[in-house]
Amino acid sequence: MSKIGVLFRTTAVRLSALYLILFSLCAAFLVFYVTGMSERLLQQQTRDAVTAEVTQIEQVYTRAGINGLLRSLERRARQPGANLYVIAGPSGEILAGNVASLEPGLLDREGWTDKPFAYQRYTDETRQDSHVALAHVLVLDNGLRILVGRDLQEPQKFRALVRQALMVALGIMGIGALIIWFAIGRNALKRIDRMSEASTKIMAGDLSQRLPMSGSGDEFDRLSESLNAMLERIEKLNEGLRQVSDNIAHDLKTPLTRLRNKAEAALARKGTSQRGALEEIIGESDQLIRTFNALLMISRVEAGSAAAEMSEVDLSQIVSDCVELYEPVAEDVGLRLEADVEPGMVISGNRELVGQALGNLLDNALKYAEGATDPQIKVSLGKRDGKVFLSVADHGPGVPEDKREDVVKRFVRLDESRSKPGTGLGLSLVEAVMEMHHGDLDLAATDPDAAENGKGLTVHMVFPPPAS
Amino acid sequence: MVTRMKILIIEDDIEAAAYLAKAFREAGIVCDHASDGESGLFMASENSYDVLVVDRMLPRRDGLSVISELRRKDIHTPVLILSALGQVDDRVTGLRAGGDDYLPKPYAFNELLARVEVLGRRKGTPEQDMVYRVGDLELDRLSHSVRRQGKEIPLQPREFRLLEYLMKNAGQVVTRTMLLENVWDYHFDPQTNVIDVHVSRLRSKIEKDFDLPLLRTVRGAGYMIKDDRTATA
Repeated sequence: MSKIGVLFRTTAVRLSALYLILFSLCAAFLVFYVTGMSERLLQQQTRDAVTAEVTQIEQVYTRAGINGLLRSLERRARQPGANLYVIAGPSGEILAGNVASLEPGLLDREGWTDKPFAYQRYTDETRQDSHVALAHVLVLDNGLRILVGRDLQEPQKFRALVRQALMVALGIMGIGALIIWFAIGRNALKRIDRMSEASTKIMAGDLSQRLPMSGSGDEFDRLSESLNAMLERIEKLNEGLRQVSDNIAHDLKTPLTRLRNKAEAALARKGTSQRGALEEIIGESDQLIRTFNALLMISRVEAGSAAAEMSEVDLSQIVSDCVELYEPVAEDVGLRLEADVEPGMVISGNRELVGQALGNLLDNALKYAEGATDPQIKVSLGKRDGKVFLSVADHGPGVPEDKREDVVKRFVRLDESRSKPGTGLGLSLVEAVMEMHHGDLDLAATDPDAAENGKGLTVHMVFPPPAS
Repeated sequence: MVTRMKILIIEDDIEAAAYLAKAFREAGIVCDHASDGESGLFMASENSYDVLVVDRMLPRRDGLSVISELRRKDIHTPVLILSALGQVDDRVTGLRAGGDDYLPKPYAFNELLARVEVLGRRKGTPEQDMVYRVGDLELDRLSHSVRRQGKEIPLQPREFRLLEYLMKNAGQVVTRTMLLENVWDYHFDPQTNVIDVHVSRLRSKIEKDFDLPLLRTVRGAGYMIKDDRTATA
């Protein structure tokens, strides 16, 4: 019972039950309506035929008298499939005709019989073989009664047949529906059971679990697929969150300690002006705020909330803007910023974030390539294999191959001494921005054959082909 | 003589509001304070202010709804939105709601002051002025030419826009972020001193062959273009 109960609670079964009931009602209504209408039509035909015959019989009587009438009736009664003919005396006793017995009292009233009546023919062998007919009674001036009728067996048989067909069809439908319910429902239940089993494990904290897929690509698979994609995202965000909180604890403590030390030192210097110390403290806290802002921005970009602000942006314009913005600074530190920009490169993206990402890359290049033998920093934008490549190449010390994955992580800086200013978040933001744009971030050496510490770094921001 | 600017701060953090009010008064700005959205909306509708400084998250009525309600009532006092939400999309929603400028918390007071002063002045500056003048420096917006003492100074398009913005706000401090926002139309953090280098290039072009410096660096705040002899503003 409980199994059936559960089965009945599935949507598929409920819906099909509802449809079955509705369909049966419609079918039943249709059948009763059609049979009723056709019966009425047949009865009308019967009446018309009988009326025509009665008129003929009346004419025969007036023309040929009682004898002619009897002859005529005799002839008519003998025809195969003949109508009913009865000639009865004034008291109702049957004198001639093709009917063995009638319901009593039927011949008393002239005109149409009120309703179909039962009768027996001479050819009937038993009393059970009764027939039903509709008849018209004519009373002649000499008291004789003449009944002309027509058998109703055919229409009734027709009606019975249609109703029987309906019952059979409904029965088959019902049984079929039950079987299908059971098959579908059981299958669905099994798969849902498996899914809830997996989700229980996930809820218990095992985020690496995934919902099972049958591989058939049906709606359950599609559901599992999107839930799995969601889980993947949650797992990643969760991982990122954990990494960030670890790093925050570690990397923000350092500047906070420095801040505190400076304040303490200023406090200890009695009497003298503390202006310088206070300015340093403000500078230090600005750097902290900057780090926090960068962190927040990364997590906002990763959470995808800025994705709503995507629009068609002219990447070429952004690149030109940024190069123009950084060019004087590069010149100031003895570097040469060169741009090779293919014009009219339009992508779907967020102008501010792409600008910030490119700004971060340029900032890094300026910071680390300062003093390099080749002062060129090349920014290029172009299409390759359908994808849009935005690359920044410098000739600085570069990043060793085994560290390239690390430098993208938050707070990771190769420069252990932290002699260059920076938050250690620049590339993390670039990566997050690229992910938001469904693109990739690739790090490579600019001059792979150069000596160690002079290979240079090329960062490619790879955007998917613009949807046209 | 320029009348003193009058502003309204709508901010629920009493301590922060008191600090702001004190700092604004020291800068010569008359300052009122409302501590929730409803009373802020009432005060802003009943009195006339030059600028409203509105915190985004307020009790009783949030900042953005205060702004849209004011705009609905056809009150177009310039609004600067302060918010702890400082990301790109927050700025967009803030400006869409009818704000004129957006400053994420925490901010430097100098930044806020500079922006409030520019917003307050905006009412009086006719945008259609075709020629900006500071001392003997002339910028013609129509012909895109710059002259000093009648001598043409050739500028790059970006340098022209930089000077145009500085001169439009002559006598006002403009911060580096304001320059990045208004001249380059980007709101990101460029990390290095990119703006400073652009400004110093511009400065060398407009000051190199002349005695009187016009473009000054305001320590801890930004830049200001001003003719010291006429002592305007």
